[in-house]
Amino acid sequence: MPELAAKKPRPIWYNLSPVNLPAPGLVSILHRASGILLFLAIIWMLYMLDLSLASEAGFDHLKSYAANPIVKLAILVLAWAFLHHFCAGIRYLLLDLQKGIELPAARATSFTVFAVSLILTIVAAVLIW
Amino acid sequence: MVNRVVVGAHYGLGSWLVQRISAVVIAVYAVIMAIALLGGHAHDYAAWKALFSQGWLRFATFLFVVSLLLHAWVGMRDIWMDYVKSTGLRLTLEALTVLWLVGCGGWALQILWR
Repeated sequence: MPELAAKKPRPIWYNLSPVNLPAPGLVSILHRASGILLFLAIIWMLYMLDLSLASEAGFDHLKSYAANPIVKLAILVLAWAFLHHFCAGIRYLLLDLQKGIELPAARATSFTVFAVSLILTIVAAVLIW
Repeated sequence: MVNRVVVGAHYGLGSWLVQRISAVVIAVYAVIMAIALLGGHAHDYAAWKALFSQGWLRFATFLFVVSLLLHAWVGMRDIWMDYVKSTGLRLTLEALTVLWLVGCGGWALQILWR
């Protein structure tokens, strides 16, 4: 009775662990994660912008505040989040324009996103330190 | 024969478009800011203040802030819709997101036109 066998519910198991995702999937979930991080950081960036423009004393205070290694690390994490979001976002805009939608191209541009955003993050780290 | 267009209301198309257009504004502004920072415009308070007292940069920053808030709204709304199944909780989180972003926008304007 092949019909009965075919009607049995088949187990569906998606492994959604980030390490198992193909590169475009990893770009996607990190785009979301970096977006959340940037949303949460808006208030902190406003705080720093406010300090920097308020007065000479505020500007100097921000300079000594940003010299703290933990603050530097937090700024670097945000820099990565922004750069990943930026590069992945440009990739999505190109996908909207039907550019790079074939699998090999989609994979290649995903690796490009990682490469460019990580290199620029390293550049940011060098500039911060 | 049912003769109506069931997808005619363009649900979501507005958000989709806002997300893309605001993304472009944010990206362009980020490049302008990166050039300004690398060009030493944040070297000391006087240079930084002078940069932000220029009309065109305030105009650009204002557009950037509005775009950022709209972009954050569309993105956060997508996340709440994807992960929060309870309508009441989702509505609460969406409302808090809007209020938070509007508050941030107010502060940003106050910083720009002090």
